[in-house]
Amino acid sequence: MPIRETFWNIPQWAETAQYVLGFITAVVFVYGIVRRVMRWRQGQPDKRFDHIGARLRTLFTQAILQLRVASEAYAGVMHLAIFWGIIALLIGTALATLDWDVTHLFFGFQFLKDGFYIGYELTLDIFGLLLMIGLGMAIYRRFILRPKRLQNPWPTLTRDDAYVLGMLTLIAITGYLVEGLRIAVTQPSWANWSPVGNAIAALFIATGDPTNRILHLSLWSFHILIAFTLLASLPFTKLFHIAAVPTNIFFHSLTPAGTLSAPRSADSVGVKAWKEFTWKQILDFESCTRCGRCQDVCPAYASTQILSPRNMMIKLETHIWEKANGRQLHSDVITADELWGCTTCRACSEVCPAFIDHLSSFVDMRRYLVAEGQVDAQLQKALANLGRYGNSFGQSERMRAKWTQPITSKIKDARREAVEYLWFVGDYASYSPTLTEITSKTAQVFQKAGLDFGILYDGERNAGNDVRRVGEEGLFETLVEKNVSVLGKCSYKKIVTTDPHSYNTVKNEYPRSETSEVLHYTELLDQLIASGQLKFNKRLGYKVTYHDPCYLGRYNGVYDAPRRVIEATGCELVEMPRHGDRAFCCGAGGGRIWMKEAEVKERPSEARVREAVSLDGVNTLVTACPKDITMFRDAVKTTGNEERLAVKDLIELVYAAL
Amino acid sequence: MNIVVLAKLVPDLVEELTIDANGNALDSSFARLIINEFDDHAIEQGILLKERGGGSVTIIAPDAEGADDVLFTAAAKGADRLIKIKGDFSNVNNHALARAFAKVVSGIKPDLVLTGVQAHNDLDGALGPLLAELLEMPYIGYVSAVSINGDKVLIKKEYPGGLLAEMDVQLPAILGIQAAEEPPRYVAVSKVRQAMKTSSIEEQDASNLDPCGGSAIGRMFQPEASSHATMITGSPDEVAEKLVGVFKELGIV
Amino acid sequence: MTQDIYIVIEHLRGQVADISYIMLAAARELAQSAGGNVIAVLLGHNAKELAANFAADQVIYLDHPALADFTPDAYQKALADLIQKNQPRAVLFGSTSIGSDLASVLSIRLDLPLASSCRSFTKDGKFVSQICGGKIMAEGALPSPTALVTMIPGGYKSEEGKSTQPPTLTPAEVPALDALRVALKNYVEPQAGDVDIAKEPILISVGRGIQNKDNIALAEDLATALGGVVTGSRPVIDQAWLPSSRLVGKSGKHVKPKIYFTLGISGAPEHVEAITDSDTIIAINTDPKAPIFDIAKYGVEMDLFDLVEVLTEKVKQAK
Ligand SMILES: Cc1cc2nc3c(=O)[nH]c(=O)nc-3n(C[C@H](O)[C@H](O)[C@H](O)COP(=O)(O)OP(=O)(O)OC[C@H]3O[C@@H](n4cnc5c(N)ncnc54)[C@H](O)[C@@H]3O)c2cc1C
Ligand code: SF4
Ligand code: SF4
Repeated sequence: MPIRETFWNIPQWAETAQYVLGFITAVVFVYGIVRRVMRWRQGQPDKRFDHIGARLRTLFTQAILQLRVASEAYAGVMHLAIFWGIIALLIGTALATLDWDVTHLFFGFQFLKDGFYIGYELTLDIFGLLLMIGLGMAIYRRFILRPKRLQNPWPTLTRDDAYVLGMLTLIAITGYLVEGLRIAVTQPSWANWSPVGNAIAALFIATGDPTNRILHLSLWSFHILIAFTLLASLPFTKLFHIAAVPTNIFFHSLTPAGTLSAPRSADSVGVKAWKEFTWKQILDFESCTRCGRCQDVCPAYASTQILSPRNMMIKLETHIWEKANGRQLHSDVITADELWGCTTCRACSEVCPAFIDHLSSFVDMRRYLVAEGQVDAQLQKALANLGRYGNSFGQSERMRAKWTQPITSKIKDARREAVEYLWFVGDYASYSPTLTEITSKTAQVFQKAGLDFGILYDGERNAGNDVRRVGEEGLFETLVEKNVSVLGKCSYKKIVTTDPHSYNTVKNEYPRSETSEVLHYTELLDQLIASGQLKFNKRLGYKVTYHDPCYLGRYNGVYDAPRRVIEATGCELVEMPRHGDRAFCCGAGGGRIWMKEAEVKERPSEARVREAVSLDGVNTLVTACPKDITMFRDAVKTTGNEERLAVKDLIELVYAAL
Repeated sequence: MNIVVLAKLVPDLVEELTIDANGNALDSSFARLIINEFDDHAIEQGILLKERGGGSVTIIAPDAEGADDVLFTAAAKGADRLIKIKGDFSNVNNHALARAFAKVVSGIKPDLVLTGVQAHNDLDGALGPLLAELLEMPYIGYVSAVSINGDKVLIKKEYPGGLLAEMDVQLPAILGIQAAEEPPRYVAVSKVRQAMKTSSIEEQDASNLDPCGGSAIGRMFQPEASSHATMITGSPDEVAEKLVGVFKELGIV
Repeated sequence: MTQDIYIVIEHLRGQVADISYIMLAAARELAQSAGGNVIAVLLGHNAKELAANFAADQVIYLDHPALADFTPDAYQKALADLIQKNQPRAVLFGSTSIGSDLASVLSIRLDLPLASSCRSFTKDGKFVSQICGGKIMAEGALPSPTALVTMIPGGYKSEEGKSTQPPTLTPAEVPALDALRVALKNYVEPQAGDVDIAKEPILISVGRGIQNKDNIALAEDLATALGGVVTGSRPVIDQAWLPSSRLVGKSGKHVKPKIYFTLGISGAPEHVEAITDSDTIIAINTDPKAPIFDIAKYGVEMDLFDLVEVLTEKVKQAK
């Protein structure tokens, strides 16, 4: 009768030793965990215990099902194989313990017998194999393929990687050997149900007893020893992510991606030393598995290699464990160049399987730099202009609506008349001489659709989205105050914006009372087309591709509206390889457009233009953000693709199709 | 080292300037006032000197819309004392301003006074040298580096073509700053707000504003645009053609 | 009390500054309306020969070791003494690193009226000053008794202040120059090593309108096509888009090329003053009101980015 013979060939002393070892392991393990948690608790408070239900749901889909991990083929198969392999073996071990140390010991029966036991053996054998495959893939990739994103900034990390993979592999191999030896000696009739174990047994049958028994006992002891060692060392190695990542997923921010958390006190000057981070930010650092997915999608990394979100997390994690050695968070650990390199495109957080919120920490550190006046000359100029004139161009407010002058039918002044739609035009669309033609087309399209709309004329100020992300919170507040006070005096139903950046902050960061409904103009057009208010006479028939602006797509999930509008104009849309939530940033965001450009091989905008040019038959790159237009029109020139690719705002298609 | 920096506000050239009804002065009611950019450099140089060698920095500004802002911003950068001279300074000349400053500055007994080398609306000379003579202190303008050396300062004075002269000046002295050694630093809005809470502005009344020594302006006007250039028009192609024609005429092509 | 117009000559290390000749030319105009002589005041030490080409009726020469190089203290003392004694109708100073240190101080010391930033004089002897970055002109009667005036370039050509006839040189007594509070230590030379833009016949000059460092290449291409050199306005040099040796203007070099071709330069007075000796100025600017058009011979109101590449091509074809 098939039954689990636990501790077969294991003398009493070894069995006892195992329990002693288990106890020691538990002590070390608990100490390690407590040590980690204590470190988190040195951070600042942050409320993350709301919406438990929603948190548990994400925990299930992302920590157990690991949907985001699975979104990448190789890494997904690899990680899920290892993960489920270990889980199954853990459950197996737990069942065996239950069977032997509880039901057998106290109640005198075993449930690991007969068919159930056979199923148990078979399942464990298969999952063990799965684990081996996963580990093999991991070792192959990390030590043979060695992709850039897995290369570590210093060697101790590589040792950590090797330790974890090596130990897991050893455990799996010795486990199989122990099983094989047991089968070789006992040769049970159900041995075929452990295909791998049985195959290994076949190798040993010839060796015969007592060698096999001695071998079995030694390997068993070794297996137990390394298994416990690994368990005890878990909180001290990268394996800790098993605990940290689910915790991080559970506590991840539930506010919209476009809402940046404010500094923690009114006169806060950002984060100067690591203890000024919140416990959640510290948990972020601790959760990084160094998988490098973020680095792969980071436009800053792609263009300059100065900033890698992965390396930022690694450095921050290392820093919080450093003994007092005088190393400063700013400059010694994280350089200003790294911090200023970020375009705040959010591509990193979008792909991070550990749900790390990189930007909250980056902006907190930028806030410190701004408070210290450590901003480059161009950015300083832009901020000074924004403070003085409310726009980064350094032009008078009175010039803000100059673009309206050629338009024959006057646009309503929303400060004087009630309007249905208050159009928040934005800086670039208002002031940039190369964009005003597009802005004027937007106005004409609105007029042709019979929209009741108005603008704020010289009452509008920069919305402050990027001012905030630069880390100049005080200036952001000033801009918000000014805009809100003007908006407060207007009568309107909805706000529509040209610029996705304005859209993001007005929608997600302005006081609710003034911003009941905020639409991006692409959403508005989509509605107007659906309701039949906007009708097209022409079908353009262009073959176009569409670039998702970061603050429209990834930040606010507006992916479909612009695509529907493009199709309504009779254009054929061909997607770039990186589209939707994977769209590659143009490089302008987060205040980058105001800063000095670093020497680069290829700017993000150039990479993007090349991506568009490589599409068969596509001759137009459509986008829906004034900054994108600026960046791409430049990149089309610098890459010599002026003949091949036209850069158009969505509104230009709409205008042409009317 | 007791350092005093003088800051005045000037019309922002970003805005359209207008002449007042009398036709002989700028219409100050419409102009946006901003700190004279050279005074901003003078403030920076003062703070740099304090950071390097200690001492205190006092900023003095004549009353105008935006003067408080200028003063608090300087405090956020590290200035210790803020003084605003009360009075009606719209359309007053630098001679009068210098006399008003002289009274306040002499009360402070500074070792060193810094001010911007010039302002774009000066019509009767720069403020610094006027004040220097009123206080009987030596003056040097076009200064772009300052280091204190006992009872003297060693300065660098700019001449055309990048030539610099190093001069020793007996203290107390007044320097007209052309450029601080570092560009004026950025102050975060939150820091200015903090300064508003923690520092205060002393107010002192101007003595009677005596403009004597300036020159009366009979008429102010805006120069006519494009009075001289012959404008070449057309599409970029056509313009380029015509320009090549000009080059040919001049024998360049 | 005389009706003479005095010009305080500026010179540095054996070189008379251009502004001195411009003032000589201006003084001629003013002397005509005032009915006096044009008198150059030369302060220096063993510097007589500097006066050889002054277009002046007379040169008053103050020779003293302490006047060899400019220091404000010594110059102020010597001039105060002279002006007090002779009481001319007006004294012209450069609105420069030298003149600005003198005029204001003397105005207070001698209690004489001062007019600054004067660009030209009208036929009837009024001064016309240019302020607010060239956006405003201010006109006023020449104040009495002795008007101190600081002058900016732009109104007169330096050639008109030169003469082949050496003027008469009258040495004047120099007062005691003691208790000086300022001492010259030494000169610091600018870094050399680049082309001398003052001698180049074709200059393509870029201003803030060029937007960023990368775009300088556009100007370089045009310069190469024309056989010229790229220079810039101060913002361009400040941003290190071009080396400081390429700075044109008050703090940079005075240039006198055959063609001075500006791209996105507004024509601020500090820039313009150094280019008025150019034969032909051509300006590209999007702003029809940009002051650069006032002194340019040809103007194009256009986005430079629309034009430059096309132009470079056409020039290449024409060659
Ligand atoms: C004591 C002192 C010394 C100085 N010394 C010097 C000096 O030596 N040299 C010097 O140059 N300055 C000097 N300056 C600075 C001077 O006052 C001006 O600030 C400077 O000359 C302005 O440079 P700019 O014309 O390039 O820039 P701006 O005045 O900003 O002008 C840019 C121009 O470009 C135009 N433009 C913008 N975009 C385009 C486009 N796409 N196509 C065409 N046109 C465009 C705009 O209409 C504008 O007119 C000095 C100032 C002081 C006070
Ligand atoms: S937000 Fe974008 S630019 Fe910034 S670190 Fe993340 S991926 Fe890189
Ligand atoms: S931050 Fe996230 S995506 Fe980046 S390496 Fe760490 S775990 Fe991977």
